[in-house]
Amino acid sequence: MDGTREDRADAMFHALADRTRRDILRRVLAGEHSVSALAASYDMSFAAVQKHVAVLERAGLLTKRRSGREQLASGDVEAVRSVTSMLAELEDIWRGRIDRIDTFLQGDRPCPSPPSPPTPTP
Amino acid sequence: MPVTAFTTDPDTLTLTITAQFAAPVERVWELYADPRQLEQVWGPPGYPATFVEHDLSAGGRMTYYMTAPDGERYGGWWQISEVDAPRRFTFEDGFADPDLRPLADMPVSHNVYSFEPADGGTRAVFTSTYSSAEALQQVLDMGVEEGATSAINQIDGFLAA
Repeated sequence: MDGTREDRADAMFHALADRTRRDILRRVLAGEHSVSALAASYDMSFAAVQKHVAVLERAGLLTKRRSGREQLASGDVEAVRSVTSMLAELEDIWRGRIDRIDTFLQGDRPCPSPPSPPTPTP
Repeated sequence: MPVTAFTTDPDTLTLTITAQFAAPVERVWELYADPRQLEQVWGPPGYPATFVEHDLSAGGRMTYYMTAPDGERYGGWWQISEVDAPRRFTFEDGFADPDLRPLADMPVSHNVYSFEPADGGTRAVFTSTYSSAEALQQVLDMGVEEGATSAINQIDGFLAA
């Protein structure tokens, strides 16, 4: 397996395994929010909200920029769709195709009983 | 598992897939040389492929379509450049409209398929090279590919819920 891909998936699913972080992500996907505005929406400390934002940022789901004294956060699902993740999607397609070739070629071999049904031919 | 290695190079936009098949090189080659066999493995589940033109020789052309469960057809073409039977062939792979006319504004990938005897069977190496990240994105956006179950799609579905 591609370790990078798995690490990425781990980070994303970890980030999304928390109700507050999912809620933050929904908000910032809808539009840019300052971290302080986000913090005001939850019954928890600014530091705690900031920590959730940082987890989402590390998972590549959110980006932050600074504007004066404020930190502005926006959702960045597209960024996750990097070249690496696109190549990972193609990997799935290829694995499927190679499995089909393998199965098809195995259909040539004499089968011990019980026999498998013949490969259909159009 | 038949896939023994899968490497992606984001810099050159190249995928290299190495697979081991329990059949001689000549048998694996035959699968590509015979359109009736090739169409049994080319299309993903639910999207059977039909090859209309099929000429596995230098300068030869292939056209095919895959039929979606809703009956819609997705076309494709291969332009074969080099053939060294039964070991290797190279081709350009592009998209076509339902009448199998090439779609000029869609990306084309360069492919090298090679087969060599190994461990009593065949080691196959497939490489596909795309011209740009945009080209890759377009390929995936065609949406005809099987089970796009990448993490990001699951996230999209989750957020839409």
